[in-house]
Amino acid sequence: MIIAIPVDQKTLESNVYMSFGRAPYFLIYDVETKESTFIDNSAAASTGGAGIKAAQTIVDNKAAALLTPRLGANAAGVLKSAEIKIYKTTAASAKDNIDAFVAGKLSLLDEIHAGFRERGSN
Amino acid sequence: MRIAVLSGKGGTGKTLVTVNLAAVSQESVYMDCDVEEPNGHLFFKPEGVLVEEVSVKVPEVKDELCNGCRKCVDFCNFNALAYVQNKLIVFDEVCHSCGGCILVCPEKALTEKERAIGQIQKGVSDQVSIYTGILNTGEASGVPIVKRLLAEESPEITKPIFIDCPPGSACITMESIKDADYCILVAEPTLFGVHNLNMVYELVRLLDRPFGVVLNKCLDGENPAEKFCLEKNIKILGRIPFENELGILNSDAEIVANKNSRYREMFDSLLSTVIKEVSYAATPDS
Ligand code: SF4
Ligand code: SF4
Repeated sequence: MIIAIPVDQKTLESNVYMSFGRAPYFLIYDVETKESTFIDNSAAASTGGAGIKAAQTIVDNKAAALLTPRLGANAAGVLKSAEIKIYKTTAASAKDNIDAFVAGKLSLLDEIHAGFRERGSN
Repeated sequence: MRIAVLSGKGGTGKTLVTVNLAAVSQESVYMDCDVEEPNGHLFFKPEGVLVEEVSVKVPEVKDELCNGCRKCVDFCNFNALAYVQNKLIVFDEVCHSCGGCILVCPEKALTEKERAIGQIQKGVSDQVSIYTGILNTGEASGVPIVKRLLAEESPEITKPIFIDCPPGSACITMESIKDADYCILVAEPTLFGVHNLNMVYELVRLLDRPFGVVLNKCLDGENPAEKFCLEKNIKILGRIPFENELGILNSDAEIVANKNSRYREMFDSLLSTVIKEVSYAATPDS
């Protein structure tokens, strides 16, 4: 099973990034092989719709679950269409969250925020 | 003549000024571009209101034609498209209606569809024509509604137009003052008021619009907004006193200039000052 986590550095000890769409990197982690890859989040610099684009990246990397502290409605829409489960991170580091996830200690993220709305941004 | 009235935040007296200027200039147009909270119509209570829907174009996909090449997804600068489980998803609210995805799709799988985002209401109150832009709740951008209002081409458009702008200094406010001949900034006499005034002051300077300030809620004593104007050498067009009677009339959605001759004189004189300023602005050599 492959899981994805937004992180601010390319290490397992990195902190989980506080938001999803604007995270600098994603950690793509294979729970079975314990293999980790870090990918750039090309959506981080977009002016709008960052969550949608970032979610597309997660889908394309065939993740089955996303571990994140927060998530916007549009990104959640993309992930749900792909039947990706969304879990709420608890600890600070990516590694601790992976351990908690494997131990079945993370709960599903049930609160989806309306997203950062740049009013009149066109 | 297009006069735009703006302020850094809501509740500074922007609508009070716009409504009363339109009322005292008799034959005029009041245009409410504050599409998230249009309230000028509450004062005018217009009659014979006609409603026009405003919609934008968003793409719609014919799944059977889409081969999943993702050219549209890559093209969209606003990330309004995603391709998941062999299906294209369109995020209508994120789409900016540029039409690009429809052009780049090699399979002609995308077509345009109309999506309503709000409406324009047109009515009449005495000699004032009332145009109100209304954005549906939940919509991200009212810019298309403001554009439609300002592009209005009815015969009234030769009359003076008073534009009640959206508060703040975002794109939608810029859009509202783009073609204005003159801008009136309404400010409150507090430090916060100065902060808000500074926002719109920077905006009108950026867009190079001629402008002046109306000081609202004036009391005796120190007025930081006035001080700001003096320091920056900004024309003060008029002062509206902080008075109970005015406040009560205004919060009862009454047009104060129609209720009290003193207030009528005040807005009459503000209007003539503004007209004078507009004519100076139109002749750059003077
Ligand atoms: S019309 Fe433009 S903004 Fe809308 S989805 Fe297509 S490419 Fe994106
Ligand atoms: S460009 Fe056309 S064919 Fe390609 S994914 Fe988009 S809709 Fe489908």
